[in-house]
Amino acid sequence: MRELFPAKQVMGFVFSLVLTAVALLVYFLDMSFTTGMTILLITAFVQAGLQLVVFMHAGETKDKGAIYTNIYYGLIIALVTIFGTLLTMVWDM
Amino acid sequence: MDFFDRFAIPHASPAIYASMVAIVLTSVAIVAGLTYFKKWGYLWREWLTTVDHKRIGIMYLLSALLMLFRGGVDAIMMRAQLAAPESKLLDAQHYNEIFTTHGVVMILFMAMPFIIGFMNFVVPLQIGARDVAFPRLNAISFWLFFMGAMLFNISFVVGGSPDAGWTSYFPLAGNEFSESVGTNYYMIAIQIAGIGTLMTGINFMTTILKMRAPGMTLMKMPMFTWSSLITNAIIVFAFPVLTVLLAMGTMDRLFGTQFFTTENGGMDMLWANFFWVWGHPEVYILILPAFGIYSQVISTFARRNLYGYKSMVWSMVIISLLSFLVWVHHFFTMGQGALANSIFSITTMAIAVPTGVKIFNWLLTLWKGKIVITTPMLYSMLFIPLFTIGGVTGVMLGMSAADYQYHNTMFLVAHFHMVIIPGVVFAMLAGLTFYWPKMFGFMLNERIGKLTAWIIAISTLVAFMPMFFTGLDGQARRMYTYSEATGFGPLNMISFVGALGLAAGFVLLVYNVYYSTRYASRDISADPWDARTLEWATHTPVPSYNFAVEPQVSSEEPLWDAKKNGHELFKGEYKEIHMPNNSGVPFIMSSIFFVWGFSFVFSLWIPLILATIGIFACMTHRSFEKDHGHHISVKEIEETEEKLRGA
Repeated sequence: MRELFPAKQVMGFVFSLVLTAVALLVYFLDMSFTTGMTILLITAFVQAGLQLVVFMHAGETKDKGAIYTNIYYGLIIALVTIFGTLLTMVWDM
Repeated sequence: MDFFDRFAIPHASPAIYASMVAIVLTSVAIVAGLTYFKKWGYLWREWLTTVDHKRIGIMYLLSALLMLFRGGVDAIMMRAQLAAPESKLLDAQHYNEIFTTHGVVMILFMAMPFIIGFMNFVVPLQIGARDVAFPRLNAISFWLFFMGAMLFNISFVVGGSPDAGWTSYFPLAGNEFSESVGTNYYMIAIQIAGIGTLMTGINFMTTILKMRAPGMTLMKMPMFTWSSLITNAIIVFAFPVLTVLLAMGTMDRLFGTQFFTTENGGMDMLWANFFWVWGHPEVYILILPAFGIYSQVISTFARRNLYGYKSMVWSMVIISLLSFLVWVHHFFTMGQGALANSIFSITTMAIAVPTGVKIFNWLLTLWKGKIVITTPMLYSMLFIPLFTIGGVTGVMLGMSAADYQYHNTMFLVAHFHMVIIPGVVFAMLAGLTFYWPKMFGFMLNERIGKLTAWIIAISTLVAFMPMFFTGLDGQARRMYTYSEATGFGPLNMISFVGALGLAAGFVLLVYNVYYSTRYASRDISADPWDARTLEWATHTPVPSYNFAVEPQVSSEEPLWDAKKNGHELFKGEYKEIHMPNNSGVPFIMSSIFFVWGFSFVFSLWIPLILATIGIFACMTHRSFEKDHGHHISVKEIEETEEKLRGA
């Protein structure tokens, strides 16, 4: 029976609920903008990673390499775009 | 009649009325011709509903050629207007519309379908596959592109063309300064075509990663397939930016949002920023497949393997990454500080390194090769020096301090034309001549072809070299006229002569197609160029299933090895082949998209809602449809193969 029980998925589900609850705290508790945004950003990224790995099965097939290359490539480009834009439009204007 | 007023042209001129009449007459002629020759059924069964990657590729190429001529006419009109000072041929508004549509048509509706057309036709054959990964999605891609292009093209006779430049910078593109529906056309038409392109990106990445013939590892893929893989990766990462940007622009124009306004917290510069976040990778989306074609052509006609295969691949991977790191060099003068400009100057110059590696690899391939000068090879040879002119002036523009002198002048215009014409257009013409026998079963005339190549190359220089000088002297781009005292007149006249030469070159290309269709020999082998990769191992014409037996690959040049080194390409016996069915849904859905786009442009909300329901109905239909494709029996394969081998 042990092999049949989807322990990883159940744990993942519980963890994603916890992450959602933590993110909700930002609305219900009184905290500064910076603290709130930090909590939201961290929980959002952990949540997205969790969904990708546990529920969208990234890394469970032999395409693992291609899938993770694409994800990392996308991440790098997103970060470069965001920080490059901030640099040119805000910080160094 | 108030309702119909919105469709009127705000700045009508005799030329536009003449175009209206011409469009109506051509449409009538096409409908009448199809009816008279009873070709409606043929058109529907063989082309409109096809999911065959080869036919979709050919349709892409035909659309691209059509758009090349549309954009070319725009170019001739612009050069004619600028040929003499104080010219009254076009007024300012008409000139604005023409340079806008010239840019959009040439980049998005000519160069893009050209490269995607080659990808469609060549990539599955090169990797030994029977079709792309998602054949029906491929048909949707094509028809979305086609409908987007058509929507954009009717703008100049219905409601007015966009007039804010192909970059459509805000606030100029906002409602305050662009009152006609023209910029709505820009937002919606490019959106529709862009969705198609994004689907192509996903489709081809999957195809190349999952459907290669046994034995073809990533490092044994032909160079065009490599360049396509990289290009499609860039498409998948860059086009979503454009999609979101156009959606935001549409909301600003139609729903009163304030993303790019100059007040209420909007930021007009953000448009320019995100436009180039997509726009610069777009440049590499165009140039990398062109480099892939040059690699194929050069190694075929230097009669040797490509020099530095691994460095070619790595330089493309590095280019793909760097292409996302340089976008600010398109607006060095917008007011950001020296720090940001310096960073982007350095990344820009870094791109010259991998590009240089590629140029040297081609030269070294040639060095010990036995060069055969054919038309495709001639284009590739002319490409290297001409492209270098464009590349070197690019490094000049990339220096942010010096860019204050060049920015927004004809120098810039000359630079990007010297990059795009030798880089992309020559590659497309080389590819067209190279793959023509595989597509249509006869070769284009070599003598006319070489003459065309020379005329186009020389005219490119005549048309664009003078612009470097007028640009340095201060002639601004996008100005519809200039005074005699500026002294720009004679050089602009030379430019006009060059433009006419280019026009003559393209007319000669069409004549070559006509001449070769009539007189060229149909008795050619399946491999007329003595080429090296798998696409030439098929029969001509290529059967619908491409390869009767899956090819076995053990090197980068499987066909060459099969011809010279006794490698056995096709092992095993015929087996039943599973192929996808044709479907009319992609065409119908994209036609509804056209109606959707048209309604959106003119804010006709009821037709828009109906069209949206129609689009979802098509998708629902697909979800519940049971279509498992069809099987080609062994007997049928044997008959086809027998017939093709005999022919």
